[in-house]
Amino acid sequence: MNIKVAQRGENVMKQDELGQPVTRNEDANHELSIRVRDLDLWYGSFQALKSINMDLYQKNVTALIGPSGCGKSTFLRCLNRMNDLIPSVSLTGLIEMDGRDVNESKMDEVALRRRVGMVFQKPNPFPKSIYDNIVYAPRMHDLVSRKADQDELVEKALRDAGLWEEVKDKLQQPGTSLSGGQQQRLCIARAIAVQPDVILMDEPTSALDPISTATIEDLMDKLKQQFTIITVTHNMQQAARVADYTAFFHLGEVVEYNDTKTMFSNPYTKKAEDYITGRYG
Amino acid sequence: MRQSFDDISAQLRARHRKSARLKWTSMGALGLAVLFLVLFFADMTIKGLPAFQQAQIQVEVDYSEQASQLPLAAVNEDMRRLVSRGYLRLIPGRMQNNPELLGTTTTEWVLADGQVDQYLKGHHSRLSDSEKAVVDRLQEEGRAELRFNTTFFTSGDSKMPELAGIASAAMGTVFTLIVTLAVAFPIGVMTAVYLEEFAPDNRFTQIIEININNLAAIPSILFGLLGLAIFINFFGVPRSSPVVGGLTLALMTLPVIIIATRTALRSVPDSIRHAAFGVGCSRWQVVRDHVLPLALPGIMTGSIIGLAQAMGETAPLIIVGMVAFIPDVTNSFTEAATVLPAQIFTWAGEPDRAFIEKTSGGILVLLAILVTLNASAVVLRKKFERRW
Amino acid sequence: MQTNQLLAMFCGALLVLGLVAYLLGRSKAARVRASGTAMYAQPDQYAWFTVLSTAGPALAVGAVASFVMLLLGAAISPLLLLAGCLVVACAGLAIGIAMVRPDFHARQAIEKVIRFILAGAALISIFTTLGILLSIVFEAVRFFKMQSFWDFITGTTWNPGASFLASAGRAEEGGAAAQFGSVPLFAGTFMITFIAMVVAIPVGLLAAIYMSEFAPQRVRTIFKPILEILAGIPTVVYGFFAAITVAPIIVAVADFLGFEASFNSALAPGIVMGIMIIPFISSLSDDVINAVPDSMRQGSLALGLTRGEMIRDIVIPAALPGIISASLLAVSRALGETMIVVMAAGMRPNLSFNPLEDMTTVTVRIVAALTGDLEFGSAETLSAFALGLVLFVVTLSLNLVSVIMIRRFREKYRVNNL
Repeated sequence: MNIKVAQRGENVMKQDELGQPVTRNEDANHELSIRVRDLDLWYGSFQALKSINMDLYQKNVTALIGPSGCGKSTFLRCLNRMNDLIPSVSLTGLIEMDGRDVNESKMDEVALRRRVGMVFQKPNPFPKSIYDNIVYAPRMHDLVSRKADQDELVEKALRDAGLWEEVKDKLQQPGTSLSGGQQQRLCIARAIAVQPDVILMDEPTSALDPISTATIEDLMDKLKQQFTIITVTHNMQQAARVADYTAFFHLGEVVEYNDTKTMFSNPYTKKAEDYITGRYG
Repeated sequence: MRQSFDDISAQLRARHRKSARLKWTSMGALGLAVLFLVLFFADMTIKGLPAFQQAQIQVEVDYSEQASQLPLAAVNEDMRRLVSRGYLRLIPGRMQNNPELLGTTTTEWVLADGQVDQYLKGHHSRLSDSEKAVVDRLQEEGRAELRFNTTFFTSGDSKMPELAGIASAAMGTVFTLIVTLAVAFPIGVMTAVYLEEFAPDNRFTQIIEININNLAAIPSILFGLLGLAIFINFFGVPRSSPVVGGLTLALMTLPVIIIATRTALRSVPDSIRHAAFGVGCSRWQVVRDHVLPLALPGIMTGSIIGLAQAMGETAPLIIVGMVAFIPDVTNSFTEAATVLPAQIFTWAGEPDRAFIEKTSGGILVLLAILVTLNASAVVLRKKFERRW
Repeated sequence: MQTNQLLAMFCGALLVLGLVAYLLGRSKAARVRASGTAMYAQPDQYAWFTVLSTAGPALAVGAVASFVMLLLGAAISPLLLLAGCLVVACAGLAIGIAMVRPDFHARQAIEKVIRFILAGAALISIFTTLGILLSIVFEAVRFFKMQSFWDFITGTTWNPGASFLASAGRAEEGGAAAQFGSVPLFAGTFMITFIAMVVAIPVGLLAAIYMSEFAPQRVRTIFKPILEILAGIPTVVYGFFAAITVAPIIVAVADFLGFEASFNSALAPGIVMGIMIIPFISSLSDDVINAVPDSMRQGSLALGLTRGEMIRDIVIPAALPGIISASLLAVSRALGETMIVVMAAGMRPNLSFNPLEDMTTVTVRIVAALTGDLEFGSAETLSAFALGLVLFVVTLSLNLVSVIMIRRFREKYRVNNL
């Protein structure tokens, strides 16, 4: 394979087949969660992802940054096969989790999504009560059945999502009655209630005000003790604040995958430097 | 504590089965609806196609003195019940017009009686055994056969199935729909233009809007009651006439045209209006010169669909008396007339089984026209569809 | 007819006057403009204004006068009316010409008139509703003057009178008074509607679910119009189909199973009516299901739910108000449907819960009452309007409830989409 050690200042970091970050973050956990190899993806005849290689580590926050249309959201949605919903998508390459290729025919995408949860750009609580929003999926998955267990689960999920104090007296009100930031935390609570391994966040704060954004950033920092978090963000400060590792996407390629601190202080590639210093994007 | 993929998949098996069951049931529901449609068309076609053929037999017609008084005498005795009485009735008249026919004998293909027709088509027939034997013999000699039924398209209603046709009903439909369109189209388009382009957003406008939606959902028979009580009893419009039927249908079609026109007007982007206002057009000029021409295909499509709906409507027309027995082809807006669906209704009530075939034939013609209308609406829409 | 000739004369005269007005107005405006005076409007606009001022008042006078004649029965001589209208037209012409002045806003005046005409057209829909309501109420009141309202609502015998009995060969009972108890008619109507809904709602809803949630785009584009064909078939055709094809099948099947079914059973029109309503339910449900935002679907799938669970627990509950309102509209349609029941249901008022028996409906009795040879003022004829009134009230309330529900549904999702 074409192994090439990245040269500082080059335009594109040639991703070696190991897909590892250029610089290690010594504080981070390095147990492998998801391994991505040579991932190509097409929308019809348009290639949206080109030969992506990445190792994503457990109990970390990994941020995906890059200009609009660079493929970062598409990549995120590959990880729990949400792209299956779009008929024109085709992909090749390996996405491996727990020793299994998630795209293999035997893999049940529903099982995958149970282990790889997702939080969306716009908060999308179900038109049900706050309580039912959280307890609905665990009940379907048979995680809880007794009422007492359900109550406990709801409380724990809401506490983990930092929403408990605000809503504990109105659990039976519709989820849609909450404010935008609260709705998004409800969606996070809903996602963690099914005990996934990985939580994908697709620009979770872009529709929120700064205060709600700060709350959710704190939350991500706390949640990474239990979950692997992969987040797409437009906001570079956010990536710098919350992420252990950051990957810079451009035109469907991973230009640079690096320890967050190094990425923002001393990026390896010219393109990443240009983007981070605001020269384009 | 975390589960592996295989554990989860195993738990999921029953849930996937349930999901698949929903998929297959829902697919089955769609299949059921389509199956019904297929069965329906097959049934109507099988029942209706024979109506386009009619039995004719070759007989010797003897234009004797006696026949001019008693037409039955013109044909051989064992053939008398096999020839359509409608044909025989014409003989004296023909002899009067053509005096030189007197005393001659010709061999002619003439319309057979409805029972012969049914017998030849293999249906139940009231012919006696000896008559059936005669028909069999005629058929063997090539003197009895099924031919294309022009009578069905050229004559009006008749109590004799072999003479019954859809011509008067078809003309009645044409006259009625002319009235409908002449009333509903301008009023509908004007209402829609007012609501979309001129009306202020106030209570009055809202009431009109709610009212139009409601009007679209009022049972059609109530429009018939309106036609009877107001048009006929109050304004004295002649009962059973295309005018009263057309007016009644126009009120029913109005909401369809209004709603279609509003959709068409709304699909014209505001940028066009703003551009026209920008060059100093008044509101009316904008509508007349810019918005309406662009919306016209949509308006036409909606009107055609509304017209097709009106064409199939029967209940209100029964109430205003358009189920009359009309043997002569209609040629006036104010005389009693009938329309295709009403003709179908009348025939469906005839006890003679030969009329089942006529009814189905009429239905096939009606459906063919409706399909053509709707297809042309679709083509029109496809052709002029614009994406802004 | 003399009225026809007069009408033709009136139209002809008006046309000529209009033409004259157009030419005069135009030439005057052109002259003024040629003299170098700046004018507010184009000569054509002045010309059209004079045409309007000629024809408008004359038409209005004519219409009002004929309406007064009809309404009050006042005897105005048609000839006099014609003359009057023409005088008004000439006066209008003169005034119109006089108004052709440089400082007159002809275009604005025309547009004001156009606006009025358009608003007038919009009023016709209101008049139609009023017309239906008034005509029904007026005749229904006449009916209730003859028959007790209470007996009409609660009575269980519908027996419109001796003439009916006599023709049925039961003249010995002819002495009995006519009875107008509408309960059996409504029972029959509801029975047939119920059967129709049992057919239409599950099939229509499931078909909509299949098309919007499971089917690939290609299947959708093919089958949606195919389903719409069902909606385009005239009801008289359905009625014939129910009576000639479906009813015998039902009798045969019932016979096979050891039941006895009437050829005019409620089942045949009910089933066929249900089939007719399938596309109605499916296209409305399809709309509301599609209106449920995709984020709901993605959110539930991302939690590891199967497609079926997503549809059952998230999509359908969210779309439920819309589906209910579609069903209410469908019920209102089935209640008012006429041709299918006239052709395939019975004529005998029958209070029964057995769908295999023959029973009659409100609409059947309306048609029967109005197509006989009875004089218009008879109780039986007027009973049609009383039945129509109840039908109107019931369907109107169903429609209104449904409209309100669907509006709430739309508002909810507009808000939720942020």
